[in-house]
Amino acid sequence: MKFLVFLEHHGGELEKGGLGALGKAASLGEAEGVVLGPGAAEVAAQAGVFGAAKVYACEDDALAAPLPQPRVDALATLVEKSGTDAVLFGASVLSADVAAGLSARLDAGLNWDLTDLVLEGEQLVGKRPALGDTVLVDVGWTGGPRFALVRSGALDPVESGGSAEVETFEATYSDFSTLATLLEQTQEESSGPSIEDADIIVAGGRGLGSPEAFSLLEELASALGGAVAATRAVVDAGWYPYATQVGQTGKTVSPKLYIACGISGAIQHKVGMQGSGTIVAINKDPNAPIFDFCDLGVVGDLHQIVPKLTELARSRRGGS
Amino acid sequence: MKIAVCVKQVPDATVHKRIDPETKRLDRSGEGALNPTDLNAVEEAIRIKEAQGGEVVLVCLGPAKAVDSLRKALAMGADRALLVSDDAAAGSDLLATGKALAKALEREAPDLVLFGQASGDGDGAVLWAAVAERLRRPVISQAAELSVADGAVTGKRQTEHGYDTISAPLPAVIAVSDAINEPRYPSLKGIMGAKSKPQETLSAGDLGLDAGDVGETGSKTSVLELGPPPSRGDTVKLEDDGSAPQKILDYVVERRLL
Repeated sequence: MKFLVFLEHHGGELEKGGLGALGKAASLGEAEGVVLGPGAAEVAAQAGVFGAAKVYACEDDALAAPLPQPRVDALATLVEKSGTDAVLFGASVLSADVAAGLSARLDAGLNWDLTDLVLEGEQLVGKRPALGDTVLVDVGWTGGPRFALVRSGALDPVESGGSAEVETFEATYSDFSTLATLLEQTQEESSGPSIEDADIIVAGGRGLGSPEAFSLLEELASALGGAVAATRAVVDAGWYPYATQVGQTGKTVSPKLYIACGISGAIQHKVGMQGSGTIVAINKDPNAPIFDFCDLGVVGDLHQIVPKLTELARSRRGGS
Repeated sequence: MKIAVCVKQVPDATVHKRIDPETKRLDRSGEGALNPTDLNAVEEAIRIKEAQGGEVVLVCLGPAKAVDSLRKALAMGADRALLVSDDAAAGSDLLATGKALAKALEREAPDLVLFGQASGDGDGAVLWAAVAERLRRPVISQAAELSVADGAVTGKRQTEHGYDTISAPLPAVIAVSDAINEPRYPSLKGIMGAKSKPQETLSAGDLGLDAGDVGETGSKTSVLELGPPPSRGDTVKLEDDGSAPQKILDYVVERRLL
């Protein structure tokens, strides 16, 4: 089976979500990648290390801004030209829009929120946890090309040490595709390691009581070598940056250890972190839903527990 | 300004959601409610109408009983509702749903189409981009702020990296983030008034769709099998008596997480 993987890039680096999908594609069949936008050809070469045999690059100025519709035009041309059986996307705000637009353009099926892809004989099957991950659904396509959006954080990039041939291509654009224009872009930088890359995450919710209490979590994260994340409620309240938001409307993370502090465990948060290896929850409400899906649940006051835990973690680090 | 808001009925939050093992579709037989994030789109539409005048039309694809859920959005201040309801449309995937919604929207020809950001039953999370493609209109998704002026719409899109301010000429398709506003509660007057607001129900055929365009025949994806999710082990639960910090540390050290 021949795969084409849409590789998003940001600041000269390919995004992890696309690279994870690329590794999966390479394990299932022939994997090719596609990178779009000015500078694409140079960034494209990185994909060889992660399993792409070939990477298509289109450097058109129409693809400079991170907008979905010109990307639909470019990919539609390429999917037809390259004769691919399946197109994979790592989920992001941009990729989701591109995948859905392309699906409508080519009248092809799109399955999304997949955590894995397997081949059953010649058939491509997607694994999709549904209903708050209470059921695992096997999904398929009735024909090609098959489009798949992979849940963010579900597949890790695999370095294979290969190299990719880069081929540039030209695209033509629909009249309506270039109507939307980017006026301004503001980057939100969070300090410390990014939550997608961290092995340990210390996350805070409304139970912190105030934005200032995030400093307790930052100290614990620093003692553990981890990153700080937040729930939607506190991001909406302006307590912590959106870049750190975990959940349905934020990022999906799967660290080895997730320490949830003052987080009730609403479904919208749960879907973003339940893939974590070990979940420790600290909450003063013994009936908080998070106690139903954590590994270690502590009923208590995080304002007492977290500083002591930080101290213990620091002295353990210092002593060992 | 004519604004269409695409809304969906999902099982009520209090209903235990299940997938029917027979049809492999979500069991929609229980109490339904408007998808919570669609309320943000309804609220935004009403605010634009209050500021600039015009009309807010709800467009919904769903079972006949979805009219109950539409009434709540009418009570908030939407003017009328269009429900596309057809047994043949049950089991539509993204592609088939997008096709049907686009047909209904073509009929309404609104200046602005609004979507909520993701549906509570896990479907349609990417529908707006498919609908915009079929309508050949510009799309802005994940809009945390929106302004409409001089024949153009400007949205502030939340992304993984920060915020992008994007502008597009009308007519356009916008998906709003749930951070955009706090949906209002319907007033008593609104609730009473909702009953007399126009509600129209159309079949797929009324929109010029063939039975083969919608439902499972119009879909290009399928559900093959249902299985249990990967299970977590047992939960250890304890009450803090002052020893919790040490116990947490021991627990993670034992599991070699540090």
